[in-house]
Amino acid sequence: MWSLLKIELFKVFKRPRTYIAFIAVWAIVTLIQVAIYVDGPKYMDFVMKDIKDNFDVIGNPLNGYFVCFLILQTLLIHVPLLVALVSADMVAGEANMGTLRLLITKPISRTKLLLSKFIASSVYAIILLIWIAILGLFVSMLVFGTDGLMNVKSYEIIILNGNDIFWRYICAFGYAAIALITVAALGFFFSIFAENSLGPIVATMSVIIVFTILTTLDIPLFQSVKHLFFTSHMIGWKGFFEMKLDADGVSIPGTIRNLPAVLRSAGILFLHIVLFTGGSIFIFNRKDVLS
Amino acid sequence: MESIIKVTHLTKVFKEVTAVNDLSFTVQKGDVYGFLGQNGAGKSTTIRMLLTLITATEGHIEIFGYDLNKHRKKILSNVGAVIERPDLYKYLTAFETLQLFAKMSEVKIGRQQLMEQLEMVGLAQRAHSKVRTYSQGMKQRLGLAVALVHNPELIILDEPTNGLDPQGIADIRNLILMLSQKMNKTILVSSHLLSEIEQIANRMLIIDKGKKLVEGSVNELFSPDDTMIFLETADNIICVNVLRANGYASNITSVDEKGIELKLRKEQVPALTRMLIENNTEILGITPRHSLEDYFLKITTANQHVEPFKN
Repeated sequence: MWSLLKIELFKVFKRPRTYIAFIAVWAIVTLIQVAIYVDGPKYMDFVMKDIKDNFDVIGNPLNGYFVCFLILQTLLIHVPLLVALVSADMVAGEANMGTLRLLITKPISRTKLLLSKFIASSVYAIILLIWIAILGLFVSMLVFGTDGLMNVKSYEIIILNGNDIFWRYICAFGYAAIALITVAALGFFFSIFAENSLGPIVATMSVIIVFTILTTLDIPLFQSVKHLFFTSHMIGWKGFFEMKLDADGVSIPGTIRNLPAVLRSAGILFLHIVLFTGGSIFIFNRKDVLS
Repeated sequence: MESIIKVTHLTKVFKEVTAVNDLSFTVQKGDVYGFLGQNGAGKSTTIRMLLTLITATEGHIEIFGYDLNKHRKKILSNVGAVIERPDLYKYLTAFETLQLFAKMSEVKIGRQQLMEQLEMVGLAQRAHSKVRTYSQGMKQRLGLAVALVHNPELIILDEPTNGLDPQGIADIRNLILMLSQKMNKTILVSSHLLSEIEQIANRMLIIDKGKKLVEGSVNELFSPDDTMIFLETADNIICVNVLRANGYASNITSVDEKGIELKLRKEQVPALTRMLIENNTEILGITPRHSLEDYFLKITTANQHVEPFKN
């Protein structure tokens, strides 16, 4: 299995297409960082326009943690689409190239072959996430320094101390890894049915886009079912940036406000991964390979 | 004789189409077994069932004496295959491709051995070029190297000469003969290029519409009685009269302005030539028409799609 995984990773990282996502992430993150570096104060004025008269901001709100939060909010909606480029190509791309039939004639079980491919696409998603962490978090910390993080929401402002943030990012990236692997599993599932990459890539993107739109629409019909869409749970990483309140309504540092909800969302995503991957293996083991 | 492949009552139904219909055959150790049929006859479907790409609707496949369904891994570790065009990873080099498939076959092969494999198929010089720069013939030879990388006992080749130029076809033919004669491999090769099979196979199976038409050794299938001779002379009318006058009337199968076709035994050919010369017949050409293609066309003629062109 380890040998198969190495082969799959070798193939993934030998293909030029793989690096499109890394270049895209680098471009987006750099653009955001340059924009904040040049026009940061104006942006902060805009963010705080409704509250600046009531608050005195001490310290450097425009620090690396804030920039990373901004980057994650922007990227974690679009990165799934980049993950789909690779995961949805894993089986369909081989069928399209005509190499799938060659793989199946080797003395490897179809289940092992699929699992190695799925794990390879998951590893790709995690490496992409690490790339985001390096550029979005560490480079931002280096360029903009560190201080407290202001999480401005529509109904509250959460202020986290500088020494209470880094572990939250580690947890958030861990959660994001589960979310991206869910997308990889979905792309992988669609990939089983097709003999060219385009169909499963478009199908995966369409599901994410449609579900995301339905999740954000404030229509009662969709509100009642949106917890069923996995896209609703993909933004659960934000939960790590909310603190519990004591009886006086004061934030308690080092706590997560609704950890059970965050864990439940992660569990739902994990169930989706098991469902999509199990479904892929079940169908692929019974499929006639005619490509 | 040891059976390497034993197929019994194999059937594959795709929705309403029966691609393979109650097919049985046996490939013996050391055979170069020609698998013949027109396009759509069921050759590729059968080969895909032998390689577990598709599952049989009915029937049983035994390879090396083991049930394919129960001992898939054990069997496939000793089988090499090229299925139609060997589409390989275009972004890898030939060396990387071979290395990758060696690992997949769970064999440890050193750099030197891999280069020897590439040398055998004439690709050592281009070992480190990307596959996307290869011609179709080179890809086909690399596909064969991939099939051989784990030194399998049985090699299955599905239309290995498809899309190749005459040189490419000759290369593949020579490789198959070398594998059979020098390395004692058992080879199952399907093709619709009948002349190719005729040159390399010792036994063969002809199928049509998924059904077996005939199976046997190439020598058995072509009885000397079936030898056809096409005779071209300066005056075919006079020649026909000479033939009739000398007891060959029953051998004449057709006559036209281009020549005379005769059916006779091989050993009668020298006597026929001598008789024609003694009767002052000006012979322009004697062409044997005994070939697998004639045989194949004869037994599959009912399925011909286009009438033969007659000028």
